[in-house]
Amino acid sequence: MSTHPIKELGEVALTEEGMTFHDVTETVASVTERSAPRNWWIALFIAASFAGVFGAAVGYLVWQGVGVWGNNAPVYWAWDITNFVWWIGIGHAGTLISAVLFLFRQKWRTAINRAAEAMTIFAVICALMFPGIHVGRPWLAYYMFPLPNSMAIWPNFKSPLIWDLFAVSTYFTVSTLFWYVGLIPDLASLRDRAMGMTGKFAKVRATAYGALALGWRGANRHWQHYERAYMILAALSTPLVLSVHSVVSFDFSTSVEPGWHTTIFPPYFVAGAVFSGFAMVMTLMLIVRAVYGMKAVITMKHLELMNKIMLVTGTLVGYAYGMEFFIAAYSGNPYEKYVFMNRAFGPYSWAYWTMITCNVVSPQLFWSKKLRTSIPVMFAVSIFINIGMWFERFVIIVTSLHRDFLPSSWGYYRPTAVDVCTYLGTLGLFFTLFLLFIRWVPMIAIAEIKGVLPQADPHAEEHGDHEHHDHAAESDAALAPGE
Amino acid sequence: MIAATAVILGVWYYASPKNLQVGYAPVQPVPYSHKLHAGTMGMDCRYCHANVERSAHAMIPPTQTCMGCHSVVKTESARLSPVRESWKTGEPVEWVKVHKLPEHSYFNHSVHVAVGVGCATCHGRIDQMEVVRLDKPIAMQWCLDCHRNPTANLRPKDQVTNMTWTPDQAPQGWKPPTVNPPVNCSGCHR
Repeated sequence: MSTHPIKELGEVALTEEGMTFHDVTETVASVTERSAPRNWWIALFIAASFAGVFGAAVGYLVWQGVGVWGNNAPVYWAWDITNFVWWIGIGHAGTLISAVLFLFRQKWRTAINRAAEAMTIFAVICALMFPGIHVGRPWLAYYMFPLPNSMAIWPNFKSPLIWDLFAVSTYFTVSTLFWYVGLIPDLASLRDRAMGMTGKFAKVRATAYGALALGWRGANRHWQHYERAYMILAALSTPLVLSVHSVVSFDFSTSVEPGWHTTIFPPYFVAGAVFSGFAMVMTLMLIVRAVYGMKAVITMKHLELMNKIMLVTGTLVGYAYGMEFFIAAYSGNPYEKYVFMNRAFGPYSWAYWTMITCNVVSPQLFWSKKLRTSIPVMFAVSIFINIGMWFERFVIIVTSLHRDFLPSSWGYYRPTAVDVCTYLGTLGLFFTLFLLFIRWVPMIAIAEIKGVLPQADPHAEEHGDHEHHDHAAESDAALAPGE
Repeated sequence: MIAATAVILGVWYYASPKNLQVGYAPVQPVPYSHKLHAGTMGMDCRYCHANVERSAHAMIPPTQTCMGCHSVVKTESARLSPVRESWKTGEPVEWVKVHKLPEHSYFNHSVHVAVGVGCATCHGRIDQMEVVRLDKPIAMQWCLDCHRNPTANLRPKDQVTNMTWTPDQAPQGWKPPTVNPPVNCSGCHR
């Protein structure tokens, strides 16, 4: 497969002009070899402190019971489920980037796929915390699995909550496998580089990366198997991009609650998931790019493409918001109508308009080429989208529940300090994991980036559009990860 | 995968009430023999557990019930000294509970006796036990097995305390009553 940009179509190289194979390895691998910059330690300290707050909040919750949260009649689902859906949604961009864009031969994904997949895994870990602690007695979590027991208890397979468990755990397993398989050649590069090192921990490094690289030698046969495995895992992950958040949306849409019981939920949730996930990838990538000097690999072209995806998905989400109102009006169902009027003009209207501003209005800035190639603008918008998508889930869950059929049971939900600490705590957990990831794991897929360099094309010379003839010798090493 | 399966099956078998509970026969403060009283002498269960037909709990008889006979029978027996001690001081004998049910499950003896579930069906052949031992696993599965298919465990009401009753002793034309025991969660977890 030719990876050379086709000039006639206006394609440009995916990395900075003149990058060599060695430059790629050096740029990416050296991050794990140098001592960590001071800012990394500061960031890790802050993130780990928040993760500690998470531990304390969850410990207190388990000790005291779910009553320490603000959830109560009629709002039994609140921040916990909001956070769950938000985190799961964020994960989706990672899978979309790594699997769907891979199958569609979108070569630009190589700059961001590794970090996006890591983000997926960490986001799913954060997401899985919430259903686990929301049930109040996490030590009985095994009730959710079909295990033989002397209580004659069996999961209710008619319940979407059980579908959710299987959807999310499948997602986690497949994403982890996919990420790890993709890492093997790069781990071998790190191992090979560690072999030549001297120092106290060189041997530990070489052994650890060696064990993780599973004996990878970059042999032709290895590459054949690897590419096949990668393709199969990509094909397995692709339906998950659509199915996982569809199943999450069933938690709501299979109920009879006004505001939840709609058929638009699965596509609406999937679009929202991709939208929020890309925003989170963007936030993380902009930071990493600035801090670690990855501008040569993560170019403006990549950022612009991500912004275009956010514009599309943000507009899809905006369409869904409008369509919900139309269906509510068209249904003639007074409860349905009331829920939507209440969303926009009731006691939670502040949340609704925050959502609209962040999710629908802010990505529209990306119609302008100038704005979608401006780093400060895209950073601000990505943060807005993260906030807006959190509010979307909050609006769906809380405004539907707080006033449903019986006016006598109406209420107003307020979070407690424990709710807030739990949520901020998962952010801490997420960033702790992500910081450890960028410290110890090649955060960009070295082998894949090499595959999209112009000189990786066996016919690079025939194009005659660059004069670096010394690349011919390096082409032989194109697929060898160890430099 | 094999290890996980082994753990699951191991817990399922070895941690089950069938394995852990059945056979529990604690030493009681008084070496009272059900085999002698209910078996050899043929006393009815309800002589001591008198309220079982009317109450959720089958009472443990008070010292007075014992002394009803033992103030004239075996008055000098050393084995009965804790009972006489209790009679004198008014402190009840501290019997050890054998059939323990979790606090979150609600069980009513009277309704089971009233529809004709025999004592022996759940407690086994008490009339043959020198020391009372747990005969059946008190697991939710075991409760549900009967709640889902109760007729096999029903008998004529006048035979409830009969320890040796078998279905072929049912009178001609007797049919088990139609009962609908609850199988929903709140039937027992109220």
